[in-house]
Amino acid sequence: MKATAMTSENQSRHSQSDLPYVLILKPPPSFLLFGDHFLDSSKFQYLKAYESPLPLPQFLQEHAQSVQAIFSSGLAPVTAETIRLLPRLGLVVTTSQGLNHIDLTECRRRGIAVAGAGTILSADCADSAVGFLIDVLRKISAANRYVKQGLWSSQGAYPLGYKLGGKRVGIVGLGSIGTEVAKRLDAFGCSISYNSRSKKPLVPYTFYPNVVELAANCDALIICCALTDETHHLINKEVLSALGKDGVIINIARGPIVDEKELVRCLVKGEIRGAGLDVFEHEPDVPVELFALDNVVMSPHCAVLTTESFEDLGKLMVGNIEAFFSNEPLLTPVSLDG
Amino acid sequence: MDSIGVLMACPMNSYLEQQLDKRFKLFRFWTVPDKSSFLNSNKDSIQAVAGNATAGADAELIEALPKLEIVANFSVGLDKIDLAKCKEKGIRVTNTPDVLTEDVADLAIGLMLAVLRKLCESDRYVRSGKWKKGDYMLTTKFTGKKVGIIGLGRIGMAIAKRAEAFSCPISYYSRNEKPEINYKYYPSVVELAAYCDILVVACPLTKETHHIVNRDVINALGPKGVLINIGRGPHVEEPELVSALFEHRLGGAGLDVFENEPYVPEELFGLDNVVLLPHVGSGTVETREAMADLVIGNLEAHFQKKPLLTPVV
Repeated sequence: MKATAMTSENQSRHSQSDLPYVLILKPPPSFLLFGDHFLDSSKFQYLKAYESPLPLPQFLQEHAQSVQAIFSSGLAPVTAETIRLLPRLGLVVTTSQGLNHIDLTECRRRGIAVAGAGTILSADCADSAVGFLIDVLRKISAANRYVKQGLWSSQGAYPLGYKLGGKRVGIVGLGSIGTEVAKRLDAFGCSISYNSRSKKPLVPYTFYPNVVELAANCDALIICCALTDETHHLINKEVLSALGKDGVIINIARGPIVDEKELVRCLVKGEIRGAGLDVFEHEPDVPVELFALDNVVMSPHCAVLTTESFEDLGKLMVGNIEAFFSNEPLLTPVSLDG
Repeated sequence: MDSIGVLMACPMNSYLEQQLDKRFKLFRFWTVPDKSSFLNSNKDSIQAVAGNATAGADAELIEALPKLEIVANFSVGLDKIDLAKCKEKGIRVTNTPDVLTEDVADLAIGLMLAVLRKLCESDRYVRSGKWKKGDYMLTTKFTGKKVGIIGLGRIGMAIAKRAEAFSCPISYYSRNEKPEINYKYYPSVVELAAYCDILVVACPLTKETHHIVNRDVINALGPKGVLINIGRGPHVEEPELVSALFEHRLGGAGLDVFENEPYVPEELFGLDNVVLLPHVGSGTVETREAMADLVIGNLEAHFQKKPLLTPVV
């Protein structure tokens, strides 16, 4: 085993030679926020590709025999090329809710297990979605701006918002996050309907077979589905038109699920009531037309970035990797069946 | 009924104003340059007052209107009405309960999410155009936080129901414990504040609840605690709140009401852990219309000698 890529700090902390290696391609957000040892374990050690001067393919070739697992935060794609350079790779764990950055086909082909965030981030995502919906309808961010500019005392009452209770909410993708959103909005007196790849038999909500019909029958559309080839630009001109001028759209999933140009056009022209957006097609670039709109609330892709979730997720990821190296079942395995 | 004089205390809703104008003889109190001379000249014509959270019918006004029969409030809170004086003189009082319960509860949860998840700050950050890769906006999880409610009436219960959907354990303070309710009761606001993560004021404003959230309560809530006020400004000792936020003795606040509306302590404007709203608890198109209909309905019922819709006195 070559010592060149390991940090000396790493070497002195444990009896390193027999601990298995977990490859990290790019520093995860938790390292940047909480320090390098946030995800330490006594059962394995990290191999940090980003600390090596070698270009990635060369680095991978040098360590091909050592790497049995990859830890991915979602910032660095785990491509087929990367996977092919690591013959001993048996596990990819990711802290990201989405899996579109991992070549799942290649993992399936090679029999590589994948462990994800499970449902641990669903509550935070759902909270963001509900927060956005209340904010857009009740104009919380806009009214907060108004007060903080001193306009309440100089210009008087703020324009009225819209009642959330009784609104028809359409959830696109009734997975773990969609289910948490539904459970919350149900308590606010909203009526819930959804579109999903398949109807869910035990669920008390109305199913619509396609997103256009869902949009036509709801006042607020909440995007909770994964980004796949099928869902790219799922929310298009037809859907937005069906949603209509009293409709609100909330996206806490992935930017490319929505045809952003069309969304911006609708918002600017007043063809929909408003939007709450945590994600965009070309982050961190956000269409500047949105900056002038009071009926839009935005956040910088942070629907899951709470301190508590970082801690929970960290423990979960370490737990998954430790289980793998102990030949025990993974805590949150991802099914790779088509 | 267009000879019946109704005095509208302040501007509150244009639909209500329009309807009152149509059905009664409407006097717009805020347009009058000399209020006491106006009252003197018109005292025999005014049989009703329409008030709200800003202005209602205090003892002075009631004394100045000998023909006053009913005060119809465009609000559920009654703190701007001298109820004792009304009772004494046999003046009926109505308010707008139930129709605004959901909106106020929705806003309370909206404020909790906005403060903990920094929604307004995130929005401001994106709008600044400064979002670059590698910037992380770290916030506080809302699900599972302990929510403490001061006042478990209609609005308090509605807040509890919503917070429960986020798996928030609910605790409360009320004048009396409610044994039929499954939430944890605390016999004092300080104890409630010490226990919970988010403290929300949802009780009526009375002499007893004036400044119910004071320095001790704020200190008990603590540097990780969040205060939400959707009640009345005077529920909270405002200068104490401001200094606690500045000294980091309190983690954050979401405020819809203030001691001296529309004036808000400017020291709060620059704080990113504080969300400030211009008293919009019931401020939706749908609810204000329902409230206006209740005011009109109550006034018409009274003058048609029918039972009042939502009487208080």
